[in-house]
Amino acid sequence: MTDKTKKRRLAVVNADSCVACGTCFAVCPFEAMEIYKGCYARPVGERCVGCGICERNCPIGCISIKIREEAV
Amino acid sequence: MKKGKHWYDYIWIWAIIYFSLSFFNIIFAWLGMIDFMLPLAFAIFGGSKYFCNRLCARGQLFLKLGGQYKLSRNVVTPAWMYSSIFRYGFMIFFLTMFGNVVMQTWLVASGAGDFQQMVTLFWSFQVPWEWAYTAGGVPDWVAQYSFGFYSLMLTSLLLGLIAMLIYKPRTWCSFCPMGTMTQGICKFKN
Ligand code: SF4
Ligand code: SF4
Ligand code: SF4
Repeated sequence: MTDKTKKRRLAVVNADSCVACGTCFAVCPFEAMEIYKGCYARPVGERCVGCGICERNCPIGCISIKIREEAV
Repeated sequence: MKKGKHWYDYIWIWAIIYFSLSFFNIIFAWLGMIDFMLPLAFAIFGGSKYFCNRLCARGQLFLKLGGQYKLSRNVVTPAWMYSSIFRYGFMIFFLTMFGNVVMQTWLVASGAGDFQQMVTLFWSFQVPWEWAYTAGGVPDWVAQYSFGFYSLMLTSLLLGLIAMLIYKPRTWCSFCPMGTMTQGICKFKN
């Protein structure tokens, strides 16, 4: 049996420094960010494709694009 | 799936309408109270930043000018500017200045203070603004509040534009008093 994995890029938010300004929500072309309970941003489900648009626009630079290995 | 356009994607136009109307007739400055009350209402009753996320004309305008029209250097905001101490300190300062506007209004209403047809920029520079008001149309205190409130709105717009030029399009949002206040309320509620 082989364990198949694929690499997936996705946005990761540093919730501690996020100021919940909503810029990432506004710029994401895939509606993949939400401001969780008005407290901090987080990607929604599987929608994030890791395009990095939110990372470039976040005023405080608290988003990074990570590569995650996922089972397929 | 790519997202479509919503009516609120055009809300940035409201910022231009508001500042233009009030520039020529200061009484329109009262409309800015909507931008004061709505974010608080969403945060207090809904526990959300719905206003910042969808309805803030100012935030959208900064994103449009700084992002789409590339008027921003696009350099990450310095850490001190979004530190808790600066954000909450600036919020307290801003609320104190708002309290000062209310106080001036009350003094004029009670006859204890003189009506001043001035817009004060950056809490320091008094700019004569006579063209925007003809005496007698409304009680003096109504006009006094307009001048005071417009001073706050215009000062914060200018600060936001300067921050946009130097740093990221929406750097203002990282220390905007309304943003800090609503996030604080949401954190407290949730
Ligand atoms: S743009 Fe950055 S600071 Fe603003 S909500 Fe998104 S992650 Fe948080
Ligand atoms: S990386 Fe791209 S798809 Fe993912 S949340 Fe950010 S803008 Fe949206
Ligand atoms: S942080 Fe301030 S300027 Fe930015 S979207 Fe919220 S209310 Fe508007």
